[in-house]
Amino acid sequence: MAGDLEFEKPVVELRKKISELRDYTQNTDMDLSAEIEKLEARLEKLENEIYENIKPWDRVQIARHPERPTSLDYISKLFTDFFECHGDRVFGDDEAIVGGIAKYHGLPVTVIGHQRGKDTKENIRRNFGMPHPEGYRKALRLMKQAEKFRRPIICFIDTKGAYPGKAAEERGQSEAIARNLFEMAGLKVPVVCIVIGEGGSGGALALGVGNHIHMLENSTYSVISPEGAASILWRDASQAKKAAETMRITAPDLKELGVVDEIIPEARGGAHRDLEKQVQAIDQTLLASLKSLSGYSEEEIIDHRYKKYKLIGQYSSLNEYIGVN
Amino acid sequence: MLKELFTKTTKKKKYATIPSETAKQDVPEGIMTKCPSCKKIMYTKELVKNLKVCFHCGFHHQMNSKERIDSFVDLGSFEELNNGMISGNPLDFPDYEDKLEKDRLKTNLNEAVVTGTGSIDGLNVVVAIMDASFRMGSMGSVVGEKITLAIEKADELKVPFIIFTASGGARMQEGVLSLMQMAKTSAALKRFSDHGGLIISIMTHPTTGGVSASFASLGDYNFAEPGALIGFAGRRIIEQTIREELPEDFQTSEFLLKHGQLDAVVSRSDLRETIASILEIHQPGGINRWQEI
Repeated sequence: MAGDLEFEKPVVELRKKISELRDYTQNTDMDLSAEIEKLEARLEKLENEIYENIKPWDRVQIARHPERPTSLDYISKLFTDFFECHGDRVFGDDEAIVGGIAKYHGLPVTVIGHQRGKDTKENIRRNFGMPHPEGYRKALRLMKQAEKFRRPIICFIDTKGAYPGKAAEERGQSEAIARNLFEMAGLKVPVVCIVIGEGGSGGALALGVGNHIHMLENSTYSVISPEGAASILWRDASQAKKAAETMRITAPDLKELGVVDEIIPEARGGAHRDLEKQVQAIDQTLLASLKSLSGYSEEEIIDHRYKKYKLIGQYSSLNEYIGVN
Repeated sequence: MLKELFTKTTKKKKYATIPSETAKQDVPEGIMTKCPSCKKIMYTKELVKNLKVCFHCGFHHQMNSKERIDSFVDLGSFEELNNGMISGNPLDFPDYEDKLEKDRLKTNLNEAVVTGTGSIDGLNVVVAIMDASFRMGSMGSVVGEKITLAIEKADELKVPFIIFTASGGARMQEGVLSLMQMAKTSAALKRFSDHGGLIISIMTHPTTGGVSASFASLGDYNFAEPGALIGFAGRRIIEQTIREELPEDFQTSEFLLKHGQLDAVVSRSDLRETIASILEIHQPGGINRWQEI
């Protein structure tokens, strides 16, 4: 299959061998079905071993897979009547973020997401899913619109990070991100965020202040990319694999750290292996999330979000440290 | 003869002077400071008296949290909050605890921010001062929580919240928990703001990354000290991505002012007065004060 990753190679090779043997059996008189059966049993065992012990770095590779479904893939399958809205009304339209209105199970929602391209041409247009300030300002405009019309907001997170560029700094990348964190904290409607690929730093968080945060099983969410961490910590970007393990960036890690609410399971080998199944899995979690948040008053929904973030973080006291009560 | 004289003096120089113990103590390290901008050398004590602003070129030397409190808050009014909070090691990050311990000893601080209540010209405030000498002022769980608690305190006391930022950004060793402190502090500011609270942010050198992309940029009034480095992404990263040279003043206070990100660049000697007059204008009452006329 196209786009196989390094860690899957043993499985891929064994599969190839089995199919070769099958072809051989069909074209000659020799009956190799006993061997094939044996190999198939081995394949199943190998698949279990490999896919149930996916290492953090393998997940990084899956999260970055060029064929991994993007926000628009999920939007077109999960929602009906999606109407895309453009522009921040100040500077321009940033195609690294898409957003608009749609219906979900027949009810109106606002949906926003980072958007990577599927090929080089689209990636250039969408700046590889790395937004400029106008992208965040468009997102905020749509969120305020959702608040005005009392519809819930769904955000798909999938970015390497906010774009590090001259124009981005000139137009206030910091302020744009900060403003989103500030305003999202006060939204009077439910906000559900789902990390579908890479959740890269402040650029991801700027769409990520939600009542619930869910993560696809093989997505990542981190303060800095593994490469960035490695170059800062050990001055060596090639130690990214080690950084991916140290930084605790996978969905199970974030669940354990109390950041993420639900882990949404993926098909074996990643979401790109089975889009339909992935859509179903997201649908199940998203629907339950929105249902559970629908009973809250405006004040309660803000309070719920406030408390969620207030609880994140770990520290101790000096007295504890030096052994005094 | 001239020659004789010359030999005599060189002979004299053969004797080395060993300073006595007391003399050694009289000359503590750092008695002189060299200005990194104009390279001129001056007495540290006098420099501190001048709010650490160079006499010759006006360069603003970094201030630590203690110097900031001494020079900004009314004498004797400062009462520290949550001083005893210290970082854990939530990711079991190698060497993190040692680095924290080293910085605690070096700086006499427990973390990279000092928060407390105090007054400026008699007007009560809650103030948070980040200190770049502790882990480069980076924000982990403790910095995020202390700032959040300080904002909540300002909300409770119904007084303005003033923050001096100085930070390299989110603290790497606490991973995504550091990132989430951006959301936590911003949420606290939003709540405080919705209750009518006044937020003043004063960015000092350096204010970058996750700190610039959260509370530093969220003041009702955003100020910066002259010449401070302020920005989201590092200069080197940007140069690598866009492969072109950046202007010399890129990501300085002056650059931000020019691009509409600041209300003003205020030199340290005018800072206290500027903030005091803003606090005075925001005394409770607002539009109702007009009825008194």
